[in-house]
Amino acid sequence: MLLIPCPWCGPRPENEFRHGGEAHVVRPVDPRCVSDAEWADFLYNRTNPKGIHAERWRHIHGCGRFFNCIRDTVTDRIVTTSK
Amino acid sequence: MTQPYRTASGGRILRDRPVHFSFDGKQFVGHQGDTLASALLAHGVHLVGRSFKYHRPRGIMSAGSEEPNALVTIDRGDGRVTPNQRATTVELYDGLTARAQNAWPSVRFDLGAVAGVLSPVLSAGFYYKTFMWPASFWQRVYEPAIRAAAGLGRAPAAPDPDRYLHHYAHCDVLVIGAGPAGLAAAAAATARGDRVILCDEQAEPGGSLLSRPDTRIDGLPASEWIAAALDDRMTVLTRTTAFGWYPDNMIALAERVTDHLARPNANLPRERLWLVRAKRVVIAAGAIERPAVFPGNDRPGIMLADAAATYLHRYGVLPGQRIVVSTSHDSAWRTAFALASAGSSIAAILDRRDAVDPALCEQARAAGIPVHIGTRITGTGGRRRVRFARIDTGPRIIRCDTVLMSDGWTPSVHLFSQSRGKLRFDPGSGTFLPGPSAAPEQSAGACAGIFDLAACLAEGHRAGGGDPRAFVVSGEFRFGTPVPPSPGRPHGKAFVDFQNDVSTKDLAIATGEGFRAIEHVKRYTTAGMATDQGKTANVNALATVAALTGQPIPEIGLTTFRPPYTPVSFGTFAGAARGDLFDPIRRTPIDDQDAVFEDVGNWKRAHYFPRPGETMHQAAARECRAVRDDLGLFDASTLGKIEVVGPDAAEFLNRMYTGDFARLEPGRCKYGLLLGEDGFIRDDGVIARLAPDRFHVTTTTGGAAGVLHQMEDYLQTEFPSSRVWLTSTTEQWAVIALQGPRAADALTPLLDGIDLTTMPHMSVREGQFAGVPTRLFRVSFTGELGFEINLPANYARAAWDLLRETGATRYGTETMHVLRAEKGFIVVGQETDGTVIPDDLGLSRTIARGKPDFVGKRSLSRSDMLRDDRKQLVGLLADVVLEEGAQLTDTGAVSLGHVTSAYHSVALNRPIALALLSGGRSRIGTKLHVPLSSGFVTVTVTDPTFYDPTGERMTQRIIGKPARTGSVAARRERMSQPITGSPARAGTVAAAVGQPALRLVVASYAPPPTPFCDGVNLTLAPTTGKFSIRTRQPIASTLCAATSDGHTALWLGPDEYLVFSDDPPRIAADSIVDVSHRTVGLRVNGPRAAWCLNAFCALDLDTIPETGCTRTLFGKAEIILWRLSESAFHIETARSFAPYIWALLEEARREFLPPPAVC
Repeated sequence: MLLIPCPWCGPRPENEFRHGGEAHVVRPVDPRCVSDAEWADFLYNRTNPKGIHAERWRHIHGCGRFFNCIRDTVTDRIVTTSK
Repeated sequence: MTQPYRTASGGRILRDRPVHFSFDGKQFVGHQGDTLASALLAHGVHLVGRSFKYHRPRGIMSAGSEEPNALVTIDRGDGRVTPNQRATTVELYDGLTARAQNAWPSVRFDLGAVAGVLSPVLSAGFYYKTFMWPASFWQRVYEPAIRAAAGLGRAPAAPDPDRYLHHYAHCDVLVIGAGPAGLAAAAAATARGDRVILCDEQAEPGGSLLSRPDTRIDGLPASEWIAAALDDRMTVLTRTTAFGWYPDNMIALAERVTDHLARPNANLPRERLWLVRAKRVVIAAGAIERPAVFPGNDRPGIMLADAAATYLHRYGVLPGQRIVVSTSHDSAWRTAFALASAGSSIAAILDRRDAVDPALCEQARAAGIPVHIGTRITGTGGRRRVRFARIDTGPRIIRCDTVLMSDGWTPSVHLFSQSRGKLRFDPGSGTFLPGPSAAPEQSAGACAGIFDLAACLAEGHRAGGGDPRAFVVSGEFRFGTPVPPSPGRPHGKAFVDFQNDVSTKDLAIATGEGFRAIEHVKRYTTAGMATDQGKTANVNALATVAALTGQPIPEIGLTTFRPPYTPVSFGTFAGAARGDLFDPIRRTPIDDQDAVFEDVGNWKRAHYFPRPGETMHQAAARECRAVRDDLGLFDASTLGKIEVVGPDAAEFLNRMYTGDFARLEPGRCKYGLLLGEDGFIRDDGVIARLAPDRFHVTTTTGGAAGVLHQMEDYLQTEFPSSRVWLTSTTEQWAVIALQGPRAADALTPLLDGIDLTTMPHMSVREGQFAGVPTRLFRVSFTGELGFEINLPANYARAAWDLLRETGATRYGTETMHVLRAEKGFIVVGQETDGTVIPDDLGLSRTIARGKPDFVGKRSLSRSDMLRDDRKQLVGLLADVVLEEGAQLTDTGAVSLGHVTSAYHSVALNRPIALALLSGGRSRIGTKLHVPLSSGFVTVTVTDPTFYDPTGERMTQRIIGKPARTGSVAARRERMSQPITGSPARAGTVAAAVGQPALRLVVASYAPPPTPFCDGVNLTLAPTTGKFSIRTRQPIASTLCAATSDGHTALWLGPDEYLVFSDDPPRIAADSIVDVSHRTVGLRVNGPRAAWCLNAFCALDLDTIPETGCTRTLFGKAEIILWRLSESAFHIETARSFAPYIWALLEEARREFLPPPAVC
């Protein structure tokens, strides 16, 4: 079980958290103005890196906040988290 | 009964405490402190089992958990049967009953031994090559036959009657192994003030020191040094195996709590799984002696040399009368001398080295022991016990009853490897040693390749954090110079893996057939794949494969070490999560026990209310008729509810849901569909506007948590500037649906402040129901005139009973489903499957035109969403009730869709169904075919609304009738009962309008009786009002509670507080929602309170100060944990989880109750 440092609550066991997918996937400001391909890219395409990954977690059974997290997908080590 | 092989004195057994036990039906006696193995050896019993594949007689090879041969079944009666226990680790207790395994009719005469005759054809790969054709025989013939012939103990058939618990623990230093290095580490860390947990798989700390009583450390005899190293500040766990290493230094330990006791206290768990989060770990797991690989090395009477030393020094047992010692290093010589002076005859010492310390040879000569240098065993003989050893020099044949073998030591690097540390090959010892660490851990002692006692102690001390120091050691100690492993030669039955019957020949076959990678050889031969995970086998297998292929060992590499280090019972992993405690069972506040219940998620929902003798269909038919013709009563409390508050609430809901909520008037409701960004339907529900800045959103029962999560996601990350706050009120409000033509008439007399004649369909009013505040919705999921009465949960049961007096018929989810299907109303998850968009269901009208954006809108204009052959919702008429999930077809070849709901409609008196059908709306009126198990059924495609298509029954105006004050007053008189509990908010509004209040009885959670004990006790917290407060002004500091102005605020998040207050708190806040009925407060008091909480809570409670509070998980349920003092905690749990939390706490504290009387 990972120990995840919540930016608000400090290190907490993984089961208090819910993974929120890749971070920094920006929803188009006006989705009407994007093409089908751009919209599909927003919906479905993710970087899925081997190594450093910027992702979101939510401390759903804690403070309830979403936060950003840098995790190494090879070692599962969490490099840092931020509000 | 005499114990012929027991020495006259010595050992750590209690000679004045005889212990009676039976093995394979025969009675024996041993002593307190014996293992099953040592007690059997004291009687000269070596043959204890038959081997896995060839049914060869096998004896006791080791004295520890690495034992591959001596597996037995322990039967404690009452279903307590545990197979595959190592006799070397089973502690003796009075009445112990052990059975040999894999032998029939007996271990001495085993018919299965015919396999040994067939062994030339049963070699590696035999199964793969032989049992190939026909494929249909794999499961039906080959596998059952092979399993019957080979194998270990039989799994018990009865449910396990024992209890198991988990325990989360935190420490600065976890020390694994309480041998000299581990004890030195634990002592040093404790001296620094670290929180230390020291665990060891054996019954007492000491490790190898227990087998070497003559050793002195720092001038103290070993036993006194051990006692001095232990410290009350440490948590010392004996009989506890560290078996698995998990991310971020979470180590799993299996503690065997009661297996060594003759009559265990039934309140104790049998085993406890410790989940230890350690800042640092010191691995002091020691080393395992390697067997020598020679033909016939598996006969009973052949054992590891150091095991013999342990049996002699620790248990006072001689392994035999006439002993051959075959070794490659010095320690076995010392064992031979000790055995000789204890009374055994040493027939010979063989050493495969060419040169040996002359002092050892001199000592042997003085003791009259023949010595053969540069010699190894080439074979053995004897049927059920070794009778002679054949050697490659000198006399050739040496008669004996015991052979002690030692071919060096293998450091136990299992846990280091599991921690992802890199192993390095040490050419000197020919084994793998810990290399660079990947986790905060350090190996110390023999597991790090250190074989000198003083050095082990110094290294342990340093690993524990102590300043470098030297230890003064005297007396004999076992380890000699490490030697590389010796490859076995591929002839005779020279076993490498004893437990899986893998010999050098099998390895030769594998390499001969081209397997080079050790992982492949392992899988082809099964070497190292038995329950002992090759503890005694792996290095010998490597050395043999290296010799066979001509590769150096480090190039072959090592197989992967995986948890568990030794076998762990299923019960240990399951812990308390069995039966009713496997998952929370959530019950509504109404929970009418006249119902038959069905599971909906964790909820128990009333499925139907059978009268005596009624089937489900009969009951549902009666309930359906009642709703359509008269009045029905339904418990809809499980519906998810979210209060959406704030000036931007309407705008926020506009972005979330398909409909237009900005234009929804206060007092009105609207059906809402929630999509994902992909356009597919996620959830639906009715949304009511209570005030310009306050909405009451309902969700599906199963979708409640997911909808709140999705909304929070957008609120926090996409629209963070929105002034909106979300509060789950699912458990605050119970919901009673009153549906049917008589609904308004029945409801009117019970209301205050609500005039039903002003309530159109899809409207909401706040007022009083029987004297308590209600949110009354005029909505209908049945197609009839109907209401959903939202009431604070603690009043719901009384309200339900009151409403039954109107003559309403109770109905359950089965009837609800039939009625809604007659109307063509969808159920998310039944008519939707994650690929359905609003138009597919004919729900385009719920999408507000002109709204620029909402979640999922963009996806609805993708070309795929506009195809006219998308599956669309239709109705089906057939002569039989179809099967949900059945396919629809026109020609029989291609599926055009599937049935989503199918019922017998009482109103139409015929079967109906809903279906998703390709291009469905254009197929209305056509006929299709549905293949069922009984054959094809022809169906007619129709509109999905079967009943009252114009909806006038549901939307009719309510005609005003004169207020029947008189009858209401009479009823009120009757209903007038004292309110129990507080806060007494019921009736306050009714009093204000000058009417005598109907008063419903408060019924909060009532826990079962709980016996008092000294350790920890459970109580309900005093009742108080509770308010969810959202404000950016801090009213309590982070993760703390603060009390002021008559209220206590618990910090839950950066802008979220739970406030306990009898009256609505006067706090300037963005959102205040009354949640007094949502949760239940429990108190856990007593010196062992924290211990009990850690059975189900993974937090480090030492880091939670007094007044500290946080949301967290307890078992599988969310709680708010608030520390009141060192020994008192408050738990706030959602109402429906309270019984689960209470039951878990009772389970955790049971070990502190007085032991139950043994009958």
